[in-house]
Amino acid sequence: MNDLSVYAAAGILLFFIGLYALFFRRQLLSKILAANVMGSGVFLIFIGLVKQPGQSTDPVPQAMVLTGIIVTLCFTAAAIALAIRLKELNEEHHSATRPEDDFG
Amino acid sequence: MTLLFGHLIDLLLAVSLTVLAWRLLATSDLFKATVLFIAFGLLMALAWVRLDAPDLALAEAVIGAGITGVLLLTALRHLDSGARVARMSGRSGRRSLRVLLPALGIMPALLVLLCLSSPHIRSTAGLTASVIERLDQIGTDHPVTAVLLDFRAYDTLLETAVLLLAVVAVWSLHPVRPIFSPEPISPAQRGLLRLLLPVLIMTSLYLFWRGSHAPGGAFQAGALLAAGLLLLLLSEQRLPGRWSGMFLRLLLAGGFMIFLLVAAGALVGTGTLLDYPGGGASWLLLSIEAALSLSIAALLATAVIGGRPSDRSTEFPPRRKDPAGEEG
Amino acid sequence: MFLRDATTCLLLLAAASFFLAGLVGLLRFPDVFCRLHALTKADNLGLGLVCIALIIQADSWHGAVRLLLTWFLVLVSGATVAHLIARKALQQGQTPWRNR
Repeated sequence: MNDLSVYAAAGILLFFIGLYALFFRRQLLSKILAANVMGSGVFLIFIGLVKQPGQSTDPVPQAMVLTGIIVTLCFTAAAIALAIRLKELNEEHHSATRPEDDFG
Repeated sequence: MTLLFGHLIDLLLAVSLTVLAWRLLATSDLFKATVLFIAFGLLMALAWVRLDAPDLALAEAVIGAGITGVLLLTALRHLDSGARVARMSGRSGRRSLRVLLPALGIMPALLVLLCLSSPHIRSTAGLTASVIERLDQIGTDHPVTAVLLDFRAYDTLLETAVLLLAVVAVWSLHPVRPIFSPEPISPAQRGLLRLLLPVLIMTSLYLFWRGSHAPGGAFQAGALLAAGLLLLLLSEQRLPGRWSGMFLRLLLAGGFMIFLLVAAGALVGTGTLLDYPGGGASWLLLSIEAALSLSIAALLATAVIGGRPSDRSTEFPPRRKDPAGEEG
Repeated sequence: MFLRDATTCLLLLAAASFFLAGLVGLLRFPDVFCRLHALTKADNLGLGLVCIALIIQADSWHGAVRLLLTWFLVLVSGATVAHLIARKALQQGQTPWRNR
């Protein structure tokens, strides 16, 4: 057993916790957070498996994870914009069909 | 003794990351989940430090914890304001997903066992040696910067395209709204801004300069600059109307355009896309990096603001109307 | 050499006790103002002690300056954030806890 394998193991767990939440949580923001956690898990597996104790970390996976972190942020921003738009549309639809419901 | 402490810290970090992820995804209080997610990002940054990847630690601390945190908190204001929080509708899909539950339990257990027990799972050589070997052919001494801007420049080019596309997607969904609360901001916050903004800009320049020979570089510098911009926005500073039109769009697209121009130039000059000519590589890399940093800062900040600026030249993001007028 | 290491150890232990006190306060105090009080004061002192402990071990003056700068920035931003949270809590109508 290698001392840094714990990070790869934690990465696997993070991925599956995220996957579970992605399937079974209902709130959209929770789903977005879940996808973020899954991403972090994948990055941890990547670097945790590559890292050899006593040597510097391989630059190629580092660069790929750096790219991944930025792309994750892009995904989050776009997904949040979609979620907000969905909520607005829901509300418009709701108030158009049953206006009295808002106060009842 | 020192080694034992190292193992202990690794174990503690790995366990707290897992527990934190579980807690933040289990709670139904979205504000709590967001705050826990920011803490999760900071712990991830610590994990990168332990894994000897300072570039990633810097990026994770600024982007993963900082900018994503602001993004989520801003989103929460819009999502939480009404009675109903956005949810997936329809129940039918979820029932069938229950079949997957045993797999979700057994698979990770097997994989974790495999990962902890088998030492042969990791590659033996890696690419470190081949990268170091070719470092002197290009204009940078830092392996990660070399991989990002030279060996795998194609990835980085497309990454900036993705960043640009994300902002285009956000802009196409709705016009910009006022983002922050109408209450007057505290003088202490103005003071903090006055103190921190120069420090942030200095640190960003420092990281940019360091990127050529040590951890740091265009992405981290850009992200830090974006943090400075967000701090400005939080203190009710706005982009004046005359700059929110063409100037902003040029700034957003600039990094990608210059990168693409260099790539096309290399295609004409040497016959291969992104194959920089030998002598000019250093200043070429530098100009790409500078344009990328500025673009990334602007892109990240606009992605957080969310929504396109209106066509008339108004301030970006717009001023919030006074609370009495807003109710109607 | 031994004296230097021993001083660092002592300072770190003192810092840990401050952090622990701050943590207990954060978990046990009755309202948001008391908790902020515990958190900011104890943590700022604790971080200061950690920084001093590391400065003793630093091998160059610019490393030491960087550590001091870190402490200073955390002090300033921590104090401001505590102020902002307390202000928001007051605006939302929370009244400070009184022992009656």
